Amino acid sequence: MTATATESDNLVRAVNVTKAFGSHEVLKGIDLDVDAKQVVCLLGPSGSGKTTFLRLINQMETLTGGRIWVGGELVGIEERKGKLHVRKDKDIARQRSRIGMVFQRFNLFPHMTAIENVMEAPVKVKRLPKDQIKKEALELLDMVGLGERANFYPSQLSGGQQQRVAIARALAMKPELLLFDEPTSALDPELVGEVLGVMRNLANEGTTMIVVTHEMGFAREVADRVVFMDQGVVVEEGAPNEVLLNPKEERTKSFLRRVKQQAEAEAAHDEELIQTLEVIGD
Amino acid sequence: MTTTTETRPAVSDERPGLIHATPVRHPWRWVAIAVIVVLALMFLNMLIFNPAFNWPFVLQAMIQSPVIEGFWKGTILVTILAMIFGVTLGVILAVMRLSDNPILRGVSWLYTWFFRAIPRYVLLVIMGQLGLLFAEGIALGVPFDWKFIEWFGLSGDWRIGPFDANAIFVGLAGGVIGLAASEAAYMAEIARAGILSVDRGQMEAAQALGMSRGKAMRRIVLPQAMRVIVPPTGNETIAMLKDTSLLIGIPVGTELFFQLQAIGNRTFQIFPILVAATIYYLIASSVLMVGQAYLERRFGRGFGAAVSAEKDEAAKGLAIGAAK
Ligand SMILES: Nc1ncnc2c1ncn2[C@@H]1O[C@H](COP(=O)(O)OP(=O)(O)OP(=O)(O)O)[C@@H](O)[C@H]1O
Ligand SMILES: [Mg+2]
Repeated sequence: MTATATESDNLVRAVNVTKAFGSHEVLKGIDLDVDAKQVVCLLGPSGSGKTTFLRLINQMETLTGGRIWVGGELVGIEERKGKLHVRKDKDIARQRSRIGMVFQRFNLFPHMTAIENVMEAPVKVKRLPKDQIKKEALELLDMVGLGERANFYPSQLSGGQQQRVAIARALAMKPELLLFDEPTSALDPELVGEVLGVMRNLANEGTTMIVVTHEMGFAREVADRVVFMDQGVVVEEGAPNEVLLNPKEERTKSFLRRVKQQAEAEAAHDEELIQTLEVIGD
Repeated sequence: MTTTTETRPAVSDERPGLIHATPVRHPWRWVAIAVIVVLALMFLNMLIFNPAFNWPFVLQAMIQSPVIEGFWKGTILVTILAMIFGVTLGVILAVMRLSDNPILRGVSWLYTWFFRAIPRYVLLVIMGQLGLLFAEGIALGVPFDWKFIEWFGLSGDWRIGPFDANAIFVGLAGGVIGLAASEAAYMAEIARAGILSVDRGQMEAAQALGMSRGKAMRRIVLPQAMRVIVPPTGNETIAMLKDTSLLIGIPVGTELFFQLQAIGNRTFQIFPILVAATIYYLIASSVLMVGQAYLERRFGRGFGAAVSAEKDEAAKGLAIGAAK
């Protein structure tokens, strides 16, 4: 694999990606390929650089080293006459419009209703006719189960509903790739399921997704590939059952042990709760 | 601790019903009201019976046509125009100040530094004298054209104009320019605070959708910043209303207070004139407050309080949803 391979079949190809904030090296040579229609889950402890990596793909940070291609096109830089040039803002905006991003804290536009949020980019960026977009936006809101709430402002929606609007908003631009950064971590436990449900449907429809998540069940069920990162490097990657059930690397094992312990503690707590409720229920 | 009367909840089949409790008494409020009423009566007495007020004269002065013209042109029109230009330039300066471009940042800083330092009255006097700098008028064209023409051995000039500088800097136009220039410096700081109050995630989400920085600023960040910008801008507008009385520095006479004073000087009815001016300024600033309330509702859409506004479709939707 060399950095000169500009064209590739992968929808996303990252080669030796490094990122430093000042002298703090956060990513230390990440390689990652994602084929079209694949779902890749990124796992790893806090501070391992998962968010940073997603932000690099969408150019919210600039690369320090290495290359990222999306759809065969170099991200952020271009080669002209054998020299690398930073892309113009307009070009970067065009590249971004092909990638949808869903944030941990939703980032819906609070001064716009749900449907206005969804319509904003197609109308103002792609400049498509408004009535056609309105129809599509309603269909998208229906798809995430919020057709009824089209005229609600974000402040009138629950966290799970807001996140589903955010997903619809990202889909409205018909992106080739969807990036999710811990889309359910800011949600109350009982709201996680509705968002994961929407994401599961998207995966089944063949949407290409890179998902940073701590939801092991989702990763195991939906992901084609799981990538485990730690301290700025990819420690282990492979099919979900391999990485999650039969990890080879010690770091993966200890991370999964910790996740398991946490889950067990929660389960024990739940068990207690169930018993309490059973006693009361009798 | 009381001894006998307080009982534990009685074991009885009777369930507690509606509460008819005596409200807490506020005797001091009645005292305060009495004091205020007496003071108000004394004040009214003075307003009506003190001959210095001369109410018929106040009304007479208020409806003189130069006064009315001064009010509409010099006070209201100049306030509106100066605020429109001042706010627009101020927002532009704020965006420049927050850009990554060091040149834009520097220019914005320099502008604010300069125009905040100059008292408005001094600035208006300077405006009136700017014509001296451009005695030959102001022309649009190639900068330093006479040099180029000399080098190439040509003749004539490369300009349109000249325009009379006094027509630009003197009179109401000069007043608007001067006041707007000064206002922009203050508005730049207000707008900057507003922009900074908007969560960074908003700009990122907009850019992630493919919006340019400029479009994200106009469509996403500024409308939210307005919530923070509008209230202090209301203050600025009312301050501007009053600062139009400085127009005489240019000098411009088509202005409310100058016209009233002129009447006062002629008739020696000094106090009624001041009352007339006060009444005019009270009316104008009351109207502005209504405008401000409207703007606050308009830009508060989607942010709590305003959402429950009756005419709001979404609020109705929510009410229906809740009723289901
Ligand atoms: N803008 C920034 N400036 C400086 N350091 C940063 C910046 N953004 C991230 N970092 C650092 O980079 C490292 C990786 O951060 P990142 O957010 O990518 O981790 P993460 O894997 O997403 O963690 P988490 O699971 O907690 O979200 C952290 O040590 C963080 O402090
Ligand atoms: Mg993160």
